[in-house]
Amino acid sequence: MSNVRLVDENGIRTDGRRPDELRPIRLEVGVLSNADGSAYIEQGKNKIIAAVYGPREVHPRHLALPDRALLRCRYHMAPFSVQERKSPAPTRREVELSKVIREALEPAIFLERFPRTSIDLFIEVLQADGGTRAAGVTVASLALADAGIPMRDLVVACAAGKADGYIILDLNDIEDKEGEADVPVAYMPSLNYVSLLQMDGQLTPEEFEQAFNLALEGCRKIYELQKQSLKAKYLAIKEAVEEAE
Amino acid sequence: MSTFYENREIVTPGDLLAEGYFNAGPNTYKIGSRIYACKLGLVEYKGRLVSVVALNTFYIPSVGDLVIGKIVEMDIHGWAVDINSPYLATLRAQDALNRPYKPQKDDLSEILDIGDLIQAKVIAYDRTRDPLLTIKEPGLGKITHGQIVKVSPAKIPRIIGRKGSMINMLKKETRCNITVGQNGLIHIYGRNPEDERIAVLAIKKIELEAHTSGLTDRIAEMIRKERSGGR
Repeated sequence: MSNVRLVDENGIRTDGRRPDELRPIRLEVGVLSNADGSAYIEQGKNKIIAAVYGPREVHPRHLALPDRALLRCRYHMAPFSVQERKSPAPTRREVELSKVIREALEPAIFLERFPRTSIDLFIEVLQADGGTRAAGVTVASLALADAGIPMRDLVVACAAGKADGYIILDLNDIEDKEGEADVPVAYMPSLNYVSLLQMDGQLTPEEFEQAFNLALEGCRKIYELQKQSLKAKYLAIKEAVEEAE
Repeated sequence: MSTFYENREIVTPGDLLAEGYFNAGPNTYKIGSRIYACKLGLVEYKGRLVSVVALNTFYIPSVGDLVIGKIVEMDIHGWAVDINSPYLATLRAQDALNRPYKPQKDDLSEILDIGDLIQAKVIAYDRTRDPLLTIKEPGLGKITHGQIVKVSPAKIPRIIGRKGSMINMLKKETRCNITVGQNGLIHIYGRNPEDERIAVLAIKKIELEAHTSGLTDRIAEMIRKERSGGR
């Protein structure tokens, strides 16, 4: 254990949050004009952009699947996204996160409706401060919805964990590194379906259950923000038109 | 039997739209007796049918559709055409000629070359094979003049309007020939560049404001204003 205090005697965390509080989140949909769908998220100090292309012809051709679409996902951190410059080449960690995010999103998309095509998803982390895989899933599902790809539900992700003996929600970078455990969860709230569940560190079964439920609660809160942000673009136009009349 | 939204309210994927004896229309899906939205759009309840009018989609071919495409590949059998869809379309030589096709004699690049734009009709499509096109009908074939505007295929029904009300108004007011491809490409050909410019402007406005009401009148007004302002 390190000597860093992550939660003080009043139960307040290093960034001033209570244990069950999310970081401030800002979501924006349709930020890129060249992609078929795109979205941007700021969650605390995290800044992530996601772009979707497709469904489109698969290149190289031999990767095409005869019975469903191929979902390809690239999670990438910009060299300037962390304190020490990160090499732009994909690291072992990024390759793994790409796979994990892809598998969290796959059950939400009606891939079987578009055989022999590919849906290409790019998640670019501009600034990282812990919990980027969860924020990546959240923003990627918005980009998919923006592209008009049929989905069973929006996927939303959020982490919970443990630091200084407290079960905490939405870990930031220092809590992730110095804390005792981290449980990222991806969730489809309408269908009550969990599509990603990982755990790093140690928790008792009771603590795990508590952390898991806390993460789901966080997911439901972010889900409402996701829905608002998708509607915002169109509601703004509608209001502008009605005002002009 | 209950519904959870107002007619024409904006819904997002995963929203529970209705529960009970309903049928799932376009852009919705059913689990048991529950109907959920699978796209961002405006919900519509018509009797027992629950559907969502999507705000953004891509073009999935359907037999009989008029489409506008671009020749991207060519071989001795015919051409491959980009029709702004996940699938490349095929145009066979015999569907482009009015006489039997003789590969030894006919040079396909003289009929259509790579980069040419065409108006075509979808004659066959199922998801296992790429769509097949024909240009052997009056009005179809190579586009030689005018301009092309690209919009989201989701907005095409709005540009046409109920029983063609919007498109007829556009044609009359802008004095342009307008051909609407179901795949989101629109061909505009007017007597002068000014007419075409106004038509493009009007179409872009329809695309942006497709989900609002009273649009036809607003567009007509805009065109008249543009025309008097330009002089």
